[in-house]
Amino acid sequence: MDTFYTLHDFLVYTKGAAYILMGVILLGILGFWLFITGRDEDTYIK
Amino acid sequence: MATDSAAIKKKLLTPFNIVVGIILVVGAILTVVRFTKGLAGVTNLSDNNPWGIWISFDLLCGVALAAGGFTTSAACYVFGLKRYHSAVRPAILTAFLGYSLVVFALHYDVGRPWRLPYPFFVQSGPTSVLFEVGLCVFLYLITLFIEWAPSALEWLGLKKPRNVIVRMTLALTIFGVVLSTMHQSSLGALYLIAPSKLHPLWYSMFLPLFFFVSAIVAGLSMVIFEGTLSHHYLHGKMDKTYLREHDGVTLGFAKGAAMVLVVYFFIKVIGLTMDNNWHYLLTGYGAWFLVELLGFVALPALLYALGVRERNLKLIRWTAVLTVLGIVLNRFNVSLVAFNWQLAPADRYFPSWMEIAISIFIVTVGLLVFRFISTHMPIFYEHPDFREHAPHEGEEEEAPELTEHELKPHPQTFGH
Repeated sequence: MDTFYTLHDFLVYTKGAAYILMGVILLGILGFWLFITGRDEDTYIK
Repeated sequence: MATDSAAIKKKLLTPFNIVVGIILVVGAILTVVRFTKGLAGVTNLSDNNPWGIWISFDLLCGVALAAGGFTTSAACYVFGLKRYHSAVRPAILTAFLGYSLVVFALHYDVGRPWRLPYPFFVQSGPTSVLFEVGLCVFLYLITLFIEWAPSALEWLGLKKPRNVIVRMTLALTIFGVVLSTMHQSSLGALYLIAPSKLHPLWYSMFLPLFFFVSAIVAGLSMVIFEGTLSHHYLHGKMDKTYLREHDGVTLGFAKGAAMVLVVYFFIKVIGLTMDNNWHYLLTGYGAWFLVELLGFVALPALLYALGVRERNLKLIRWTAVLTVLGIVLNRFNVSLVAFNWQLAPADRYFPSWMEIAISIFIVTVGLLVFRFISTHMPIFYEHPDFREHAPHEGEEEEAPELTEHELKPHPQTFGH
């Protein structure tokens, strides 16, 4: 477990991690959407 | 004459009727005990645990699982997805009955039913989150009643009031969405007051967001689940429009549920990160948290996605069951399992059999009312006198008539 001595330390750590995570999430959701709709085009072609 | 009475007796004494009859009799007796002996007569509630299974299941789960009403009507009327139109009435009916039962169940918890209007008209506490929840549920129940009323008015043949209400549909839908957004999230906000009682893995400043987003998932999944059961037991009461649109509704809602579930999964992870609670994952509660997060959020998201991608309706229907169970598990975790987690085992709450029996009684009453309304009123079909669209080729003009014999299960349910 990380040790934090000030609230500032804690927020820098957690917010920093959250910002990195948000980038990952953005890509993850995009990938998930592409996975779900991956075969939709087939329906239109038919 | 004797043959007739024997036939009626045989018709009435079905396994379903016998089980329902026993539940209703036990529920009625326990209701008398509850309102004559007080909470102590039937519950294991205490000062440490003043909210038990009636709040966890009947209220928190009831409200979340009734979210299908606002999600379906918003999809159809606000977002213009008219291909889901046939799913609106069953969803509104489920929501209306769900909220009615929430209020009905609340009477068992708070007692003195004649004082129900007090928080709004006599001693309101507008600074309380609970007041906001109560007011929203009160107003939303009225909204749902008005939204459901056209079915009853069509059944009664009252054209004028029915047409007035139908013209209000968009306004009612928007009002319903606003109210639902407010109280679904506020139910989560109720627990913000107890950071020392709720386990850190479930406590988060995002609790209102968690409750709202998961309620959307619950609503979408309940529409699929309820539609599947109705398709099974009330098949003869459905018109061709409903049957034609049914698979499209299932696929469309599964796609929506998959996306919202994956968003829910990610905001749960963000919550974990913002509070830096990762180390709790290595504890017993952490394992249970992971069961909920991976088994009932991530897994259904993946299964829904696979179901939509492969057009696998059977997989989607079973995933809807898993998702509904997951939402129930989440509400139980927040309000019971992870609540008062630091108390000694002897001080923890476990519901008495009478509390569980009353919850079963309330659900049974809901099922019976749903069955009555959906077999008598135009829920799964358009009333021939009030058709909004011309019938399609080969579609019968008359509404399907349902006899007791047609109530037999349809073989397609989960195996299609």
